[in-house]
Formats: sequence, structure tokens, C-alpha cells
Amino acid sequence: MIRTTPFHPRLSELNTEGLYTHWQGHLSPLRYTHAPKHEYFAVRNSVGVFDTSPLYKYRITGPDAERLLAGALVRDIRSCRPGKAQYTIWCDDRGFVMEDGVVFRHSESDFLLTAARPNLAWFQALAGSLRVSLEDVSDDHGILAVQGPRSRAVLRELVPEVERLGFFDHTVAKVGSAAVTLSRTGYTGDLGYEVSVDADQAVEVLDAVLDAGRAHSLRPFGEEALMMLRIEAGLPLVDVEWRNSRVAFSDAERVTPKELGMGWMLRGVRDGDRPFVGRDAIRRELVDGTSRWATVGVVVDWADWDRLHRAAGLLTVKDEHPLPYESVLYSDSADSGDSADSVDQIGYATSLMYSPVLQRHVGLARVRPAFAEPGTPVRLETSLLHHNTTVAASTTSLPHFNPARKTAKP
Amino acid sequence: MTTSDRTTSEAAAAGTAAYDAIVVGAGHNGLVNGAYLAKAGLRTLILERRHLVGGAAITEERHPGFSFTTFSYALSLLRPEIVQELDLVRHGFMPLMMPSSFHPTGDGDYLLLGDDDAQNVQEIRRHSPHDADAYERYHHDLDRVCQAIQPLFDNAPPDVFGKDPEDQADVKWLLDHLGGVDRKVMHDVVRLLTGSAADWLDDYFENEAVKGFHASSSIIGSKVGPMSPGSALVLLFHKMGQHDGHLGAWAFHKGGNGGFTQVLARAAEAFGAEIRLEAPVSSVLTREGRTQGVVLEDGTELTAPVVVSALDPRRTFLELVDPRELPYDLVDNVSRMKFRGVSAKVNFALDGLPVFPALPDTVDHFGGFLNIGPTLEYMERAFDAAKYGWYSERPFIDAALQSVVDPDMAPPGKHVMSCFVQYAPYELRGSDWESERDRFGDTAQAVLESHFPGFGDLVLHREVVTPLDIERHTGLTEGNIFAGEFLAPQMYFFRPAPGWSRYATPVEGYYQCGSGTHPGGCVIGSPGRLASRRILRDLQR
Ligand SMILES: Cc1cc2nc3c(=O)[nH]c(=O)nc-3n(C[C@H](O)[C@H](O)[C@H](O)COP(=O)(O)OP(=O)(O)OC[C@H]3O[C@@H](n4cnc5c(N)ncnc54)[C@H](O)[C@@H]3O)c2cc1C
Repeated sequence: MIRTTPFHPRLSELNTEGLYTHWQGHLSPLRYTHAPKHEYFAVRNSVGVFDTSPLYKYRITGPDAERLLAGALVRDIRSCRPGKAQYTIWCDDRGFVMEDGVVFRHSESDFLLTAARPNLAWFQALAGSLRVSLEDVSDDHGILAVQGPRSRAVLRELVPEVERLGFFDHTVAKVGSAAVTLSRTGYTGDLGYEVSVDADQAVEVLDAVLDAGRAHSLRPFGEEALMMLRIEAGLPLVDVEWRNSRVAFSDAERVTPKELGMGWMLRGVRDGDRPFVGRDAIRRELVDGTSRWATVGVVVDWADWDRLHRAAGLLTVKDEHPLPYESVLYSDSADSGDSADSVDQIGYATSLMYSPVLQRHVGLARVRPAFAEPGTPVRLETSLLHHNTTVAASTTSLPHFNPARKTAKP
Repeated sequence: MTTSDRTTSEAAAAGTAAYDAIVVGAGHNGLVNGAYLAKAGLRTLILERRHLVGGAAITEERHPGFSFTTFSYALSLLRPEIVQELDLVRHGFMPLMMPSSFHPTGDGDYLLLGDDDAQNVQEIRRHSPHDADAYERYHHDLDRVCQAIQPLFDNAPPDVFGKDPEDQADVKWLLDHLGGVDRKVMHDVVRLLTGSAADWLDDYFENEAVKGFHASSSIIGSKVGPMSPGSALVLLFHKMGQHDGHLGAWAFHKGGNGGFTQVLARAAEAFGAEIRLEAPVSSVLTREGRTQGVVLEDGTELTAPVVVSALDPRRTFLELVDPRELPYDLVDNVSRMKFRGVSAKVNFALDGLPVFPALPDTVDHFGGFLNIGPTLEYMERAFDAAKYGWYSERPFIDAALQSVVDPDMAPPGKHVMSCFVQYAPYELRGSDWESERDRFGDTAQAVLESHFPGFGDLVLHREVVTPLDIERHTGLTEGNIFAGEFLAPQMYFFRPAPGWSRYATPVEGYYQCGSGTHPGGCVIGSPGRLASRRILRDLQR
């Protein structure tokens, strides 16, 4: 049976389309209105709310909680003070990425970890005899993401503490009678917050947010808008950008943290002394320079895209909905136009869309390290009128869209 | 800077002109033109009469906390090349999607169209099952017409009167292109270029509200009713734009169209152009048929071998230069060119959202254009008054509550409402606009009240912008929003005058880039862009 989230009773009333997908066994709206692009613009220009409750949530407590997480997660949890959160990943022994999530540190010995997939057994196995308790609290809380330039103005009316929160800070607070955890986190690449609340008070908190948001043109947004936002923000998604190494069949499906563009998480790993799962393999990769891929952004050459369509007698397509499949990247020396010959394949785009705020087709891609330099010309596979062809593109650094307000000090 | 002890012509002669190019007028076309010239490396000065750039595309805080788009208010025609070539995103370019179009049908019902075509078809079918598939056919036919004429739109018109090989090559290009156009599409082109919107729409639709909805763009800024021949051309022109690849779709630029011209100004400056405000140009200096520079109203002389007028053709040919130095037929054509403004605006600051009784609890019908012109007959009757020198008793209104999608335009919970109102003829018979200003505002407000009961109680501030105000503040002759009406004899190789459609003028070094040149008005930028190409090409020679 498909499940619903704690916010569903109210959010489903606001959904005029009845279009849902299944996310971790829950109904998750694809869109609330006929215009997902409008929902996207709410986040880029005013404020939107997204129900992110289906994430798995694990509470990790006890004197050895920090030790467990320091040995399990790629980023060093010891540098995360209470009241801070970290976006992190975890790997297998061979240094391949399993999953990503956000860990919130509430105190010296109290953490909450979110994950896209069930992970309890894996963490329990690692815990062994450590003095730590692991609890799946996934169903206890609803999480409401409040995202966009006006998110702070809306939340300020309910939770004055929001004013103090820096990027990836969190705090406990009250919305009416409901205790919440408010964090400055999200998956949109914009200024934004997430409100975590006990399931039985979720609708109450949601109503308060909707009320406060009305004057700010707040609207709920669905997964279609979320995908546009996260691609612009350069945020990878499991099963799109990579495959959890635990369920992959081939190493070609797997990526290392560095290959996934998470090299920034590895500061200190090469010379440090913190053991964690996958560390030795990651170290070897760093020392020997054996990374197979580099994650980059790609930007399609607008004039070539336009030319291609005109020449085919078509209107130039600018679709903000991400392609549901990968596109191969070729080196620029490959013949333009025809034959998608695999000899010159230098990478692949995992996500590709037309970005309304950037007015370009942008994507997330993985290329051979030699092509990673921003501005490297490449060719992107596309098909037009049932014919394979390529379009000029170039690599760029990520994120594609990174407004100052996202991380600005309060 | 000019050196005060040397005369302008000496400076020009000695090749020591202060600038390589001077653009007169910082409307959006002047800014686009100046940006391209600066990008090509020319020392470019853009001179603007007013205290702000933008011309007819400005946003002003006319009531504390409320941003009014005083004149133009929506974006579609802007050529996407300009966004890319001038790197506008970097400077804040941000067209916000309009999620809906709302058309009250006059009987309490409405047509509400959005981003989902299948749902739109159902909405049309609610009014007329016949019109449901006509709707799809209609849009496809129109898209094909737009596709066929787009190359004409995006290139300078060939000089069909020219004799040199290059002109003849251009004419051949045009003929070849037209020769490749499908028979039906070509026939549709001609129907649209010559006919009335009513005739064109009658071929598809039976429902009066559906026709009324589609006819709204056929009368914008033009002294035609939807039943007048020529109105289909106006309709077509407004369909030539796009929003993110969707032909005919419109957007609100962040911060209004004034937000857009601020972006342009930043881009122009980033390329090195200098913009000087409150610097009205009184005339262009010429010597022996060559441009020397300009003189400001305060007497300052500024030298440059290239001067570009971004003003309308009347001002370009009859005011900035001495018409006696120009060929008679050009002067004659420009003097006879039709302007005849018929548009006004009534802009409101509102205490809250208006309420449409049939949709009491939703906001989403206010996400885009709100079209008050229920049927063709309503619009045609509104036009009748204008024929006889008076404003409509029940005017057509194209309204927009921009703050619904762009809350930064008004304080939280409050709204701005831009109302483009027709018909309001520039010349009133037996009265004048100063005397009629308030009564005209009341007339427009009464129409809104009839669709949105209680509207008047929401009004915190109202501003009436008459055709005379348009002329005074932007310089657009007779308040014509396009700098010359969209009439077939004033388009393409006849815009602004036969033989002068390629951005040059009879004065060497003097160019034109305003909306009075091809392809025409609207916030479109092509006149500025195409003129810059011409100028840069001439300079290379
Ligand atoms: C009420 C109204 C509503 C409209 N609505 C829309 C709309 O929603 N969407 C759309 O696409 N189009 C709309 N239009 C049309 C569009 O705004 C105009 O066609 C376009 O902005 C004209 O641009 P331009 O650069 O050619 O000229 P202008 O914008 O007229 O610019 C000319 C500039 O020159 C300056 N100037 C004049 N004389 C001198 C001088 N002697 N020296 C120095 N500077 C001088 C003026 O101050 C002005 O800044 C509207 C127009 C009006 C009037």
C-alpha cells in the first residue's frame, strides 16, 4: 500500500492535478498546478514549500555516536558542532559512493541523519559494540522545506530564531504549540530552510507556514520543479547521477567521491589519521590520481542548438523538464552533425534541462579528467527527427546557479 | 570629453572626436544598440533626456512600496539572441513565467488558460466543443506562419530599390526564402498581413468568447478594431515573440519592464558604454552631409563620427536634423506616417486582490494577462468611439497584477495592477486630456468594478497615463506605443519610409535604431541590434 506523509491531508487539498509519483513508498506530488515551471519560479523569485518527509531519518545517540559517524561518513563529523549540520556521503570499502544525506548534530551525543534509502542495518553493523543507539525515526517527523528568497521573511513571522541561522545551522524552536527543528538547509540551491516537526503536529505547522506565506505568493512545489532547481544547483541525485555501489552490478555504474564532484569533502583525507569506511581506497585514488571521471557542468551552445532546430524545420525547443535519460558527450574533434561514433566518447551527461533563470540548456555531466577544465568544448549527443546528432556544448564549473543569498550571513 | 577650445567640426575632422558613436535616447533600443557598439569596441555614449533609462519600458515607485510599470508591462518579443549576445543573465535578466491567461466572458463565466495544452483544450471545449480542436489547429497554423516569417523578422529588410549586387543578393535571399514556404502557410501569411482579426478568427472559431480572447492582441496600440483590415497583422506581430521557446507566450520581467531596461543599462556599461542621464539632445551636427556629433539642449557639443537616433521617425528626421537637408520624399513620407496613439494606462495600487465572483477563493487566475474584452463586438464597439475622436465608454482593458508572480512589486499582501486601456485617441474632439483625465480613469475603473465587484474599495492609488503623457514622457509621437503604427505600408521595407528601412539615413554617419525601424515596436530590441550590425559593417568599409 502506498503511504502518505504527515502533510498530505492539507497538501493534497492544494493539489489541483492529482499527479503523484512514488517516492520511497510515499505519494509525492509531481506538481500541484498545471504549471510546474511556475512552482519553480516561486522558489527562484518568492517562496515555495516542498514535502520532503519521505526521506529516511535515523536518530543516533550515545557516548560513541560521534565515533560511529566519524568512522562511517566521508566528512569528518568531529568538525560539526552542535547546532550545525553537514551534507555528507558514505562509501563502501572500495571507496565507491553508496549514498548521501544530511547529518544534524543536536548535542555531543545526539545526531539525526537523513538518507534517501534504508540504511539502518549498515550503520548497525558498523556500530558493533560501540555505546550507541540507532533508531529509525522516519515516520515520527514530517519535514517541510521552505525555499526561496522570501523563505526567511515568511518564517520570521513564526520563528524569530530564523534570523540567526547561518548556512547549515539549525535550532529547536516553536511554531505555535509545536516543537520544531528549523535548519537552513535544502535541495534547491537557494536561500531556504527545512522545518522538521512531529507527525501529529505537521498539519498545524504547515497551516501556519501557508498563512504566513500567503502575502508572499508562497506556493507548494512538486518533484518536477525540484528537479529543475537541483540541477541548476549542481546537486546530484542517487540513481540519476550515480548508482548506490551496494546495488550496482558493474564498476562502470559506480563512482568515487572525487568522481562525483565531492572532492571538496576529502580535505584532510590524504594526510589525516581518521579511519572511515573506504578511506584507504580513496587515499590511493588521490595519491595515484586514478580517478576515471570528473563531474562538471555542461552548457549547450545556444546558437548551435538553435541552428540545429531551424535546419530541421522545427521550432527551437527549450524544455525545462529534465531529460529522463543520459546523453553521451563526445570530444569536440569528433565530426559535428553525424555519426555518434563511440571512439570519441569522453563522458556523459546525467541530467540535462533548459534553465529558465540561466536561459541556457545546462546539465550535470561526468567527463574524462582531461576534459574537466571549465570551458572545454565538447559535443553532446541529441536526437532530432529520429536521427542521432550532436550539438556543441562546453564544460563549466558547478553549481550553475548560485545566488549570494543562499549562503549569505544573516 | 570635449575640449572646450576646439570646435566640434575641427575635432571631427582631426579624428579626435570624443566618442566613436553617440546614441540619442536610452529607451531599450538605444541601450541595445549602444551595448552592441560598445561590445564591438567603440567608445560609445548614450544620451538620455530623462532622469532614468528605459523610455517606454520603465518601472517607477509611484506610491510608496508599489512599483508601477508606467507604460509597457510585459515581455515576449525580445529576441533571444540579444539575451545571449549581450550576456544579460549575468546582469539580472529574469523573465518570470505567466502561468495563466484570464478572460472573463462578460456573463459571469470566464476562460482560464494555462500551461497545460490538454487542459486548455478542455477549457475551450467547456465553451464550445467545436472550438476545441479548432484551438489546436489555430495555434499550429499560426506557429507555422511565425516560423516562415521569422527570418524576415530577424534580418534587415533587403533594399528592393537598390541596384548594387549586394542589394540584389539580399532580394534573392528573400525570394528564395519565400519560394520555400509551404502554399498554405504563404496564403495564411497574406491573410494575416492584409485581413482583419475577425475574419481570420471566424475561420476557426464559433464561440464569441473564444474569438474575443484571441482577438485581444489584434488591437494593441493600433487605431483598428478587430473587424478592421490590418488588425490581423497586429495579432501576428504579437505572436512573433516567445517565452523560453513557446511562441506567442509572454512573461513579466523581474521588476517590470523597467527591471529589464536596468539590466540592459548594466550590460551596456559593462561593455564600456557611457550613459548620461538628463542630457537631452537638441540636434545632430552635420557638415556637408556628414555627421559631426550632437548638441545638447544646454549647448554642449559632443563629437562623434557616428550618431544613432533611437527616437521615433518624426524626431529622427524632422527634429534632430534639418529636414531641408533631407530628400523631399523621405520628409514627405515621415510627415505622413501614421502614429495616431489610441492607448492609455490606468495603473493601480491595491490593498488586496480583486475578487472575481465565479472564482472567489483562488489566486491562480491572476498569474498573467487579465483580459477585459469579452467579445469581438465588445472590442469593435469600444473602437467606434475612437473613430469619432472620443474614448470608449466601455473600454478594452489588458490588465496584469504583476505582484502576484513578482511579490517584490508591492508590499506583502498588496498588489499593483497595470491596466492598458483602449481606446483613448490622442486627439479628443471638443475636449482635451487634462480635462478628461479623471473621467477617463473613472470609466476604466467602472469596467473593472463590473467584473470585480468591490474593486473600488481596494484602490489605494490610481494613476492615469494618457496618450499625451506617453508622448510627453517618452517622446513617442502622438503617444503611439510602437513609434509608428503597424500598418502594412509602414512595415518591413517601408518602415519608416521606402528606401530607408536599413537603419542608415541620407546623412552619412547618422543612423536610426528606434521602434520606427524594422521590425517595429514592442520591447523587442531588434531595431537596436540590426542597426548596430549595419553601423559596424559600414565602419569596416
Ligand atoms: C503604454 C505602453 C504600453 C506598452 N506595453 C508594452 C508591453 O507590455 N510589451 C511590449 O513589448 N511593448 C509594450 N509597449 C511598446 C514598447 O514599450 C515600445 O515600443 C518600446 O519600449 C519603444 O522602445 P524604443 O527604445 O524604441 O523607444 P522609447 O522607449 O520611446 O525610447 C526613447 C528614449 O529616448 C529618449 N529621448 C527622447 N527624446 C530625446 C532627446 N531629444 N534626447 C535624448 N533622449 C531623448 C526618451 O526619453 C526615451 O527614453 C508599450 C508602450 C506603451 C507606451
